[in-house]
Amino acid sequence: MPEGKLCNKKPVSTREELDALLADTNGRQYYAEMEQLDVDADALWATIQKSMKSRLKTWLEICAHCGLCADSCFLYTVNQKDPTQVPSYKIQSTLGEIVRRKGKVSNEFMRMCMDTAWSKCTCCNRCGTYCPYGIDMGVMFSYLRGLLHSQGFVPWELKIGSGMHRLFRAQMDVTVEDFVDTCQWMVEEAQDEWPCLEIPIDKEDADIVYMINAREAKHYPEDIVEAAILFHIAGENWTMPSVGWEMTSLAMFAGDWEACKMQVETIYSAMERLRPKRMVATECGHAYRATVIEGPYWAGRPDGKPPVECIHYVEWVAEALETGKLKIDPSKKIKEPVTVQDSCNYVRNAGLRECTRIIMKHIAEDFREMTPCKEHNYCCGGGGGFNGIGRYRKQRNIALKMKREQILATGAKLVVAPCHNCWDAIRDLEEEYQIGIKWTFLKPLLIKMVEVPPHLRPEE
Amino acid sequence: MYELLTGPLLWFSFAVFFIGLGVRVWFYFQGLDWRLDRVAYTTQLPYGLKGAWRSVYKWLIPFGTHSWREKPVFTLIFFVFHIGLVIVPIFLEGHVVMIRNGIGVSWPTLPQGLADFLAIAAFLAGVGIGIRRFALPEVRILTDAKDVALLLLTLALLASGIMAARHTESYMTWLTVHVLCGHIVLLAAPFTKLAHIALFFCTRIQLGMDFGIKRGGMKTNFDW
Repeated sequence: MPEGKLCNKKPVSTREELDALLADTNGRQYYAEMEQLDVDADALWATIQKSMKSRLKTWLEICAHCGLCADSCFLYTVNQKDPTQVPSYKIQSTLGEIVRRKGKVSNEFMRMCMDTAWSKCTCCNRCGTYCPYGIDMGVMFSYLRGLLHSQGFVPWELKIGSGMHRLFRAQMDVTVEDFVDTCQWMVEEAQDEWPCLEIPIDKEDADIVYMINAREAKHYPEDIVEAAILFHIAGENWTMPSVGWEMTSLAMFAGDWEACKMQVETIYSAMERLRPKRMVATECGHAYRATVIEGPYWAGRPDGKPPVECIHYVEWVAEALETGKLKIDPSKKIKEPVTVQDSCNYVRNAGLRECTRIIMKHIAEDFREMTPCKEHNYCCGGGGGFNGIGRYRKQRNIALKMKREQILATGAKLVVAPCHNCWDAIRDLEEEYQIGIKWTFLKPLLIKMVEVPPHLRPEE
Repeated sequence: MYELLTGPLLWFSFAVFFIGLGVRVWFYFQGLDWRLDRVAYTTQLPYGLKGAWRSVYKWLIPFGTHSWREKPVFTLIFFVFHIGLVIVPIFLEGHVVMIRNGIGVSWPTLPQGLADFLAIAAFLAGVGIGIRRFALPEVRILTDAKDVALLLLTLALLASGIMAARHTESYMTWLTVHVLCGHIVLLAAPFTKLAHIALFFCTRIQLGMDFGIKRGGMKTNFDW
């Protein structure tokens, strides 16, 4: 069977196709069909010839096979230093082999590549910073994911995820009406406690446009209200767009570059329509990476920048605390030992290492660094889509061990994780290994600690 | 044989080496593509150049990066090996004299004792690299015949050079083997992993520009 009904080379383009995928429990039929999926070797090789230029070619050719990347990879370490988990081996035995065979590879080989690309690499890019040549295997695995996606070899959840982006411009089925309604009723509920609180939608020329992760609209709407309260207390002139509010990209995890482009173009047109001075991104790592770091290139912007200045939530909080827009009640600072999870996507890959340290200086009495930390920190264990793929749950749970050891070594009882993926991974880590920790985003912490100016307090 | 190897053939090998590596560098930079690589190389050039410089410089310093510091023994061996292979050939008196006789250009030379020391240290370091290649499972799994062949070629080059410098009875034999190995290295460099002599700088510059422009370089310097 060359093309399956669910598993095929065609991305999701209709609601019916998406519903059919969603109805397939755990992707059983999808993965069964994948075993029969033909590999279009000519198309694969043509794509490689068109898209693999000197950077990737040289990386594949020049690798000195020195093995320095081994210990940089947390998946190698947590899998008992299994040599097949050495980053160089993983990429040479998959992408390297496809290139050597000029695309003439079997279905079985492609499935092995899929399992490697999504369960043996989280695209954290740490290896690239430990290789003397600077060979970034995370970048190469991301490229491999794109090739696999083009041939239909992509995990079920990510085919659904990128399909969602194609249909809804969000990783979940949240329509414009759903989103605007959610904001309205959440504000109404909060207004008892916060009179005059609002979530201004589609306000033009505001200082800040705030953009989020669709999970917040769908599953954690309190997160949106917390953001609104903090902007309210800080006196910010802000808004959210009714279209283009979602900045995550499961399409990036899936290697669906066309959907990535569609997603960021929606966001950028919201920025151009509303003309804010800045965009503030919610506490999500990959959303920031997709929208701010990679997105401009998907959208073909030669300066490599989004249409307006974009900052991550940790940057906004650090700035608000330093400038006094937000003031912390000293008696409410965190007393227990607390540590911070540095997200690969906005720390290693976007240079925001100092923001959370500034925040901790303001809010924590006993802040403890993980080892390693900052740009050398390890992935939470669930990045790159790993958290969301049922087929690799066992491998993901093993992957969490590195973060477990890092957290235990700090002695911290609370982990601040200003990133959805990291937050999920640490929650799952506690569920799986029960080490007695709590985990949190910044917003709920700050809400409990900030001083509220008298004029914003509810009347007694 | 020796006259031929150190005469016209030598200049031919040098030409292949320099032109070949030059061509590889040229094609490397020609093949960088801001859209495919997702790095705004030209529009953000000042950030790129800063990132490139830091990325090269830090990695040229022994223990200058987190990676080097994490593997101190390997780092030591690695630098001893490369210093011996780069400094000694360029500044060895015998080599400089040969160049001067050939093209009339000259430069200062290393004392013979220091050159011997560096060369022997490099040879031992090379042996260490070879042992490591097979002793460590994470390196063994990556190793292929080409890696071994290049290492043996390099060791043969060093060993024959060291022996020739001792002026023993078999001086001419060692010298001929040494010159032959030198030719093979020069001729093979552009076409094998020895191209890293030049491409190391290219790939480091590229990743440095990536971090300097896109991945945070406009806000902080990456702590290599």
